[in-house]
Amino acid sequence: MKKLITATFVSLGLAAAAQAQDAGGRLDIVVQPEPPSLMLGLVSNGPTQLVAGDIYESLLRYDTDLNPQPSLAKSWEISEGGLTYTFHLRDGVKWHDGAPFTAADVVFSADVFLRKTHARLRVSLEHVDSITAPDDLTVVFQLKEPFGPFIGVFEAGTMPMVPEHIYKDTDFANNPANNTPIGTGPFKFDKWEKGSYIHLVKNEDYYLDGQPYLDEIYYRVIPDAAARAVAFENGDVNVLPGGSIENWDVARLIKMDNVCSTGKGWEYFAPHALAWLNNREGPTSHKEFRQALMYAIDREFVKDVIWNGYGTVATGPISSRTKFYSDDVNHYDYNPDKARALLKQMGYDGTPVRILPLPYGETWKRWGEAMKQNLEEVGVSVDMVASDVAGWNQKLGDWDYDIAFTYMYQYGDPALGVARNYLASNIAKGSPWNNVEGYANPELDAKWAAAAIEPDVAKRQTLYDEIQSEIVEDVPVAWLLEIEFPTIYRCDVKDLVTTAIGVNDGARDAWIEK
Amino acid sequence: MTLLAAILARAAKAAITLLMIVILNFFLIHAAPGDPAAVMAGENGAADQIYIDQLRAQFGLDQPLYVQFYKYVGGVLQLDLGYSYRQQMPVLDLILDRLPATLLLTMTAFGMSLLLGVVFGLAAAARVGRWSDSAITGMALLFYATPLYWVALMAVLLFSVQLNWLPAFGYESVGAGYTGLAMVLDRLRHLALPALTLGLFFMAVYLRMTRSSVLEVSQMDFVKTARAKGLSEGIIRRRHILRNALLPVVTLAGLQAGQLVGGAVLTETVFAWPGIGRLMFDSLTARDYNTLLGVFLVSAAMVILFNILTDIVYRLIDPRIAAGGAA
Repeated sequence: MKKLITATFVSLGLAAAAQAQDAGGRLDIVVQPEPPSLMLGLVSNGPTQLVAGDIYESLLRYDTDLNPQPSLAKSWEISEGGLTYTFHLRDGVKWHDGAPFTAADVVFSADVFLRKTHARLRVSLEHVDSITAPDDLTVVFQLKEPFGPFIGVFEAGTMPMVPEHIYKDTDFANNPANNTPIGTGPFKFDKWEKGSYIHLVKNEDYYLDGQPYLDEIYYRVIPDAAARAVAFENGDVNVLPGGSIENWDVARLIKMDNVCSTGKGWEYFAPHALAWLNNREGPTSHKEFRQALMYAIDREFVKDVIWNGYGTVATGPISSRTKFYSDDVNHYDYNPDKARALLKQMGYDGTPVRILPLPYGETWKRWGEAMKQNLEEVGVSVDMVASDVAGWNQKLGDWDYDIAFTYMYQYGDPALGVARNYLASNIAKGSPWNNVEGYANPELDAKWAAAAIEPDVAKRQTLYDEIQSEIVEDVPVAWLLEIEFPTIYRCDVKDLVTTAIGVNDGARDAWIEK
Repeated sequence: MTLLAAILARAAKAAITLLMIVILNFFLIHAAPGDPAAVMAGENGAADQIYIDQLRAQFGLDQPLYVQFYKYVGGVLQLDLGYSYRQQMPVLDLILDRLPATLLLTMTAFGMSLLLGVVFGLAAAARVGRWSDSAITGMALLFYATPLYWVALMAVLLFSVQLNWLPAFGYESVGAGYTGLAMVLDRLRHLALPALTLGLFFMAVYLRMTRSSVLEVSQMDFVKTARAKGLSEGIIRRRHILRNALLPVVTLAGLQAGQLVGGAVLTETVFAWPGIGRLMFDSLTARDYNTLLGVFLVSAAMVILFNILTDIVYRLIDPRIAAGGAA
């Protein structure tokens, strides 16, 4: 078999070239809200991954251009035709309890544990025929068909490695070890004072020489957004992960002395804000109404005022930070007159539409209000619906809404994080993350499916170009903003964000300048 | 009625009340939209039906409501408050874990507000009409009328951000590793702002009530009689006025004491105080049924307990109640 792609990096060499790192010190990072669990294989929400990203690792990491980098795998090959993925594991890696990490753990994690517990990975694993370990340091994923995005699923939150010797033949969800997570990562779990903090300590036996540099990390639970900003101002915490404080505090804090910020570290997620438009009933079931809505809303204003200038107005389903983005689509620039004309053409009769904002704090509430005002300006009557997170989930799961705000992660590839919202096969009640709007377009379904398994990158691009141009015409949902969540930190903290998932990849490379 | 018999009668009533509370709460909570599995699935950013069904089965939510109800009440009768799937620990442990922090905060605020309220109330009553009386009642009005949330934020802004005297949040210096006296002092420093914030409102209430009550009792005939007998002003104040004037204050204190365990959601949230109030609020948003029911049950039990204690205190202050005359 001819090896098409061979990649071997020596990450140590790359890192050491830059600057000598100071060892020691501690990080205090805000985690909000408090995670329900730290077992990344069972719970994959944001706060869990933020903390557990220090404890668990996967085979690969991704740089901010989404190129794969070594992590637990030191090198890998993809066969010609893209059917066989062979990973060579690092030698001498140990679990936090001292047991050796081997290829058997990888097979167990992917094939047994995560196949059972991880909804998102399960979808990708449908393309996999077999996962085998020819020897202790080699793992082979044999695919049924070429699946280009597959190289992107070896991220810690998507495929975290879990220890076989602890979980084999147990009830995963109720294993007592879930409270004392064991991974291979640079930091070990020490203590969780519920309601206050989670304490991680340096993994002295970590496989990278001299790393991690920090002695310990405290993840601090501070429930009030204003108090989180004060905590950073006072020096109680030195890192605010993206989205942990309100936008106006971002603008204020980054002007302070000795405060640095970066928008990097979100490329893999590429959070894409959109409004679900119920395609099944009411005014939003009319294409003209949906197009009118796109022209009626002033997205530049929202970006500049509500998001303090952060982010980029979205042009379509795929984020410009994700692979296969195309700009060659109809741009719905703010144009109330055009919106009024479209509404007239449709024969809009004044039926009120309900807006359901995302219950994630002030910013989202204001965004809902801005949309209400924009729609009323073109003659649409609007009712605002208040809810909390549970109620919001329920309403989306039951399709009980007209317009509902949300934001979706794209996971680096349209086949992983974008197509799921538009495929007719993904219309099912009960989840706020599938094809909630009820859009069905068999012609595009076929193109999404073809693009996912097309081995040739140029052909994939062509397919995605066509999809984007056509779907933007239909406006199944209102694409709003490519959100940017700046990570804010004290400037003496170095190399905090080095990958496409930023602080969620753990503080392996981070150090504090003395 | 003897004290013991009275307490026993109250306890019997209390048990029935508690049972009603459990039943009512159970159905109220399950009537709220969304369930814990949907919330957790929602937070995960991706979920399919298999995942949600797994969670429902794990949490026992796949069973009919009456079965869940039967299991829950059966557990409560054996003092088993169930398991929090959200927090991955038994509810009773969770509550006992959070209780000390809440009690420390609420008891301090309670003691402070009662003591300062009564002392300032007496002082104001003794100087009625003078400028010092106006100053004290004016201050009380201010604290009474200002929203707690705002006081908290302003206190943080002034004492933490501007002056840097006191920590803005938390209940200890995380990772400082203090022991002994240093630890006590550290806790006290963290306690200061939240306790003050929480206590100010009730201090104002007690102050105004003590003042008006003292003024009212001072006008009564038996006080005039005492004065006519030639008793000294100090004895009249202590024995005749204060003792009678304190009854309404005790009533109110009893009501407030009942809420001590329920915690203070706002104060605990603003100051990141790891107490019961926050646990309740987090459990509500996560639809963590068992934890929420557990917190409600413990709080309800405490309200009832403190009502009984208040009655006992009444009897000590005013023997007529024990005799059955005034009750």
